[in-house]
Amino acid sequence: MRFDRKAKDNLAKYFFLCTALFSILALALITIYLFMEGLPIFKVTSVTDFVFGQYWYPTNEANPEFGISTLIVASLAVTILSSCLAIPLGVMTAIYLSEIATHNMRQIVKPVVELLASLPSVVIGFFGMVVVAPFLQDVMDVPVGLNLFNASLMLAFMSVPTICSVSEDAIYSVPRELKEASLALGATHWETIRKVIVPASLSGISTAVILGMSRAIGETMVVLMVAGGAAMFPNSIFSPVRPMPASIAAEMAEAPFRSNHYRALFATGIVLFLFTLVFNIIAQHISEKHKQTGAATL
Amino acid sequence: MPTASHKLAARKAYQTLAWAAFRCATGINGLALVIICIFLFRNGLSAITWSFLTEAPRESMTAGGIFPCIVGTVLLSVGSMLVAFPLGVAAAIYLNEYARPGRTLRFIRLGINNLAGVPSVVFGLFGLAFFVIFFGFGVSLLSGILTLAILVLPVIIGTSEEALRSVPNTYREASLGLGATKWQTIRLVVLPAAVPGMLTGAILGLSRAAGETAAIMFTASVFYTPDLPTSIFSPVMALPYHVYVLATAGTNIEKTRPLQYGTALVLIALVLGMNMAAIWLRARLQKQR
Repeated sequence: MRFDRKAKDNLAKYFFLCTALFSILALALITIYLFMEGLPIFKVTSVTDFVFGQYWYPTNEANPEFGISTLIVASLAVTILSSCLAIPLGVMTAIYLSEIATHNMRQIVKPVVELLASLPSVVIGFFGMVVVAPFLQDVMDVPVGLNLFNASLMLAFMSVPTICSVSEDAIYSVPRELKEASLALGATHWETIRKVIVPASLSGISTAVILGMSRAIGETMVVLMVAGGAAMFPNSIFSPVRPMPASIAAEMAEAPFRSNHYRALFATGIVLFLFTLVFNIIAQHISEKHKQTGAATL
Repeated sequence: MPTASHKLAARKAYQTLAWAAFRCATGINGLALVIICIFLFRNGLSAITWSFLTEAPRESMTAGGIFPCIVGTVLLSVGSMLVAFPLGVAAAIYLNEYARPGRTLRFIRLGINNLAGVPSVVFGLFGLAFFVIFFGFGVSLLSGILTLAILVLPVIIGTSEEALRSVPNTYREASLGLGATKWQTIRLVVLPAAVPGMLTGAILGLSRAAGETAAIMFTASVFYTPDLPTSIFSPVMALPYHVYVLATAGTNIEKTRPLQYGTALVLIALVLGMNMAAIWLRARLQKQR
């Protein structure tokens, strides 16, 4: 009887351990299958030609070119420009929520940020196409409304919620004594935020920023619908571009199964996957190395 | 001391200025949400009729309704939750109830965090290579459900863990003190107390799966299919993919604008409705505590 209960208890433990390991299994399978389908492209082209090549003509019969440097540059440009918009917005909203807002305001603003996060990306892309693009053309007098700036603007609102909620957690975990000490010395609330609270939560805020950038670089539907789709290096912020996810999503349907084009798209997926993996690992590294545990960590 | 009081006034003025900037930034976020919603409601509402919601598309998708897309999206999101919810809850039980700080726990957390960061189009590629081709499920409901299930798994694990964490330790101690085993304690004491919180996570997972496009593009959804799915191996139409197709690749993009607005409105109403339900449920739970 007793043994039976013990055995059941152990069985339950190992069952739950297995389910917890499932995420790792999934991650491993994703990596394996991406590489299995993508790596054979390097029999046709070298890794350097693939990553640094400037010409992306995968369907050219006589002389196909598989260079994704324009796609990588486009992805980086969109990510950096959208971060320039999203970082101030996200961090300032986080400071507002955790330091300034009254209880009632918080009850309104927090759900708003959450709902913003939940908007389907295809809807944001649609909005960029039918509202922002004509607006840019008419008011700003840009030749193409679907461009780098439009995509970055739409992406910014997708990464604001991530940046905001992660930074808010970081600001909350700043020890109370620090804040009180600063106020007791005669600093105003704003001076306390600027010189004590933000520096103390800087590691958490950096984690938030990197996670936000990782979200922006991997986001697909917005850049597919709004970025313009031209595989060229941008020469202004109003140039149409073709980031990596857009290229994969737009061309996969027409790439013949296991053709070189198909392989090249999977290889683009590998590059994209590695980018987000590096971003995420950096974010985790920062948040673990500089864990805020108390006043002593400063 | 006139200078000191002047200085103080200036410092206070800086604060007022800073506060205004913070309020502005917050306001911009709220404004973005409001503008998108109002815009879709104003343009989409006229397209919403009973027949729009209950009929299939006609005349190469320039007329008719979106019924197959609604069915497809509901099947995809509910199906993916049926797979992901039990798995996610079980994983959360291990992480919160069994795991001790150490190498295994760090390893598992690393896996979950990185899985959460994988771009949705990469999930799509994986689903294509693994479920569609390797398992031979084809472009089907099943491939889409399994791909989406992996995509929402980190969301479910996160919210379930939070629900378990909020169960007071005194509950566990009382049960263990009465001689129950750990498994009995979890099953009969901890889980029932955590269920409402986990449901919030399930709703969030549903809405995430319903709005996802890139992950189902190569795995489950098709341009147009005249029939409703008859088995889990049928391809389906889905709301988000339908919006994308109509807006970018339709036969007559300008003519189908009302249909596009209508479809986007149905999608956003579905997703925001589920999220509001989750937020409301969570607020009620916090009040009870």
